[in-house]
Amino acid sequence: MERDKHFVLGVYEDEDVLLDAVAQVRNSGVKIHEVYSPFPVHGLDEALGYKRSRLPIAAFLFGMLGTTLALTMQFYMMKFDWPMIIGGKDFAGFPNFVPVTFELTVLLAAFGMCGVFFVSSNLKPWGQPRIFDIRVTDDKHVMAIDLAANAKLDEQQIGEVLKATGASEVNKKNFD
Amino acid sequence: MGKQVIDINWDQKFDFAGTFKKPIMKVLVLGAILLVAGIVIEMMAGGHEEVAEAGDHAYHWYHRLFAAIWVNNIYFAGIAVIGVFFFALQYAAQAGWSAPILRIPLSFGNWLPYAAVITIVSYFIVGHDIFHWTHSYLYDVNDPQYDRIIDGKGGFFFWPMAKGSFPIFFIVRMVVFFAAWALFFNKLKQLSYAEDLEKSDSYWRRTRTVSAIFLVFFAVSSSVAAWDWIMSIDTHWFSTMFGWYMFASWFVAGLSAVTLITLFLKDKGYLEMVNSNHIHDLGKFMFAFSIFWTYIWFSQFLLIYYANIPEESVYFVERLQSELYGPLVFVNLGLNFILPFLVLMTRDAKRHGVFLKVVSVLIIVGHYIDYTLMVQPGTLREHGGLV
Repeated sequence: MERDKHFVLGVYEDEDVLLDAVAQVRNSGVKIHEVYSPFPVHGLDEALGYKRSRLPIAAFLFGMLGTTLALTMQFYMMKFDWPMIIGGKDFAGFPNFVPVTFELTVLLAAFGMCGVFFVSSNLKPWGQPRIFDIRVTDDKHVMAIDLAANAKLDEQQIGEVLKATGASEVNKKNFD
Repeated sequence: MGKQVIDINWDQKFDFAGTFKKPIMKVLVLGAILLVAGIVIEMMAGGHEEVAEAGDHAYHWYHRLFAAIWVNNIYFAGIAVIGVFFFALQYAAQAGWSAPILRIPLSFGNWLPYAAVITIVSYFIVGHDIFHWTHSYLYDVNDPQYDRIIDGKGGFFFWPMAKGSFPIFFIVRMVVFFAAWALFFNKLKQLSYAEDLEKSDSYWRRTRTVSAIFLVFFAVSSSVAAWDWIMSIDTHWFSTMFGWYMFASWFVAGLSAVTLITLFLKDKGYLEMVNSNHIHDLGKFMFAFSIFWTYIWFSQFLLIYYANIPEESVYFVERLQSELYGPLVFVNLGLNFILPFLVLMTRDAKRHGVFLKVVSVLIIVGHYIDYTLMVQPGTLREHGGLV
């Protein structure tokens, strides 16, 4: 069977049931492809055994970029390109530059982090995100299980495992 | 519903005795010795020649002692009330994470009655040398030293009595604030103990209500306290940021104290419910509010620097252009912003006790320096400093 094409979906109503279910499903030896939920569920990353996100590193680098950019821009403009006397202050008085530096640092860190997140989770404009179940954007949690990754079990058996952990529905989803 | 006995693990009860008491007593004795040594050195250093020349406003050795007493009063009273504030904040926000550590900030409030007595009594002893506005000639139109600006502000201290007499309004505010803080603390403590013995959430609701009322009162009182106790030292000067500035300083010092005590008790085997996530949250609090303090500090500085109005900028002229206090301003920013910011930036640093212990000690020392910088330039002029 081809990988990443055929999925069994467990639909859960409640995030606490979902959290227990994730642990039980993993204990029973079924590999989970991904869990989709309409809001952040605390402890889901740990339950799924995900490694720590590297997003903060991206945020830090973008923040540093913002700081550097802001300071360079202001020093260049105020000291060399077009010096102006404002309130009798130095052309390159550091306190003048702090607010803009702060704002640009925050702006670039936030935008950079969002951008990296969108690209890495396939929400980029040219990406084609796969919708497993449209109801995950509303009130349902969906656990997707790749059939090819669980070659030892058939669809029926996986469905039973999901039912046993409290899934309200078990569906099949094929991508072609 | 009657009271039910709930399982309480008494192994976790902290007894302040023996091995805990001894080191603290030793530090107390050491502090007393240093205090005496400091007084003797300051007395020997003299200033006797100047006394004859400068008359009333000459520098005496005890001015230094008075300024130090005032810094300590305000700083530690602040940490004590911040403990109660933190407790109330958690209840008002319906926070769950902080439940295992809440008794630590609450316990800070035990200092409040002592702080109240010490501050009020010491005001009568040191107040005249700390607060310029207590001099009655400032309000006498016929006196050559009459000061129109201070005369205009006088009502804030002396109302309803005559300006220059007894600062009744000031004293009443001080007494009311301390009394209310202590009463709120007492009420919250009672409710918190009662909640432990009751299985219903009725005490929790009452605690939340009392907490919310306290927060409103504290928002106003801490701000007014900041004007009264610290800002009025530089009587001509004013800053609309000052209430926030002092609150930020108190809060971050209080948070560091909570973190430090939590880590200490954790190391001694208490607080078994506290795990690294709680420590992480305390670390985040310290990190965030170090930045908050800096934000306030800088906002106050930037507005004054930019507008450059003499009566405002004198505050920073006294500090930044003084050989004595100038370096301390940068030590202050280094200890309270740059070091906590850099050290606590990563997740691991916020989760490991070693970093947090170092940083919280730095912050507690740093904000002591912050208060010294608020009080000393206005009271001691060129005679201040840390050593």
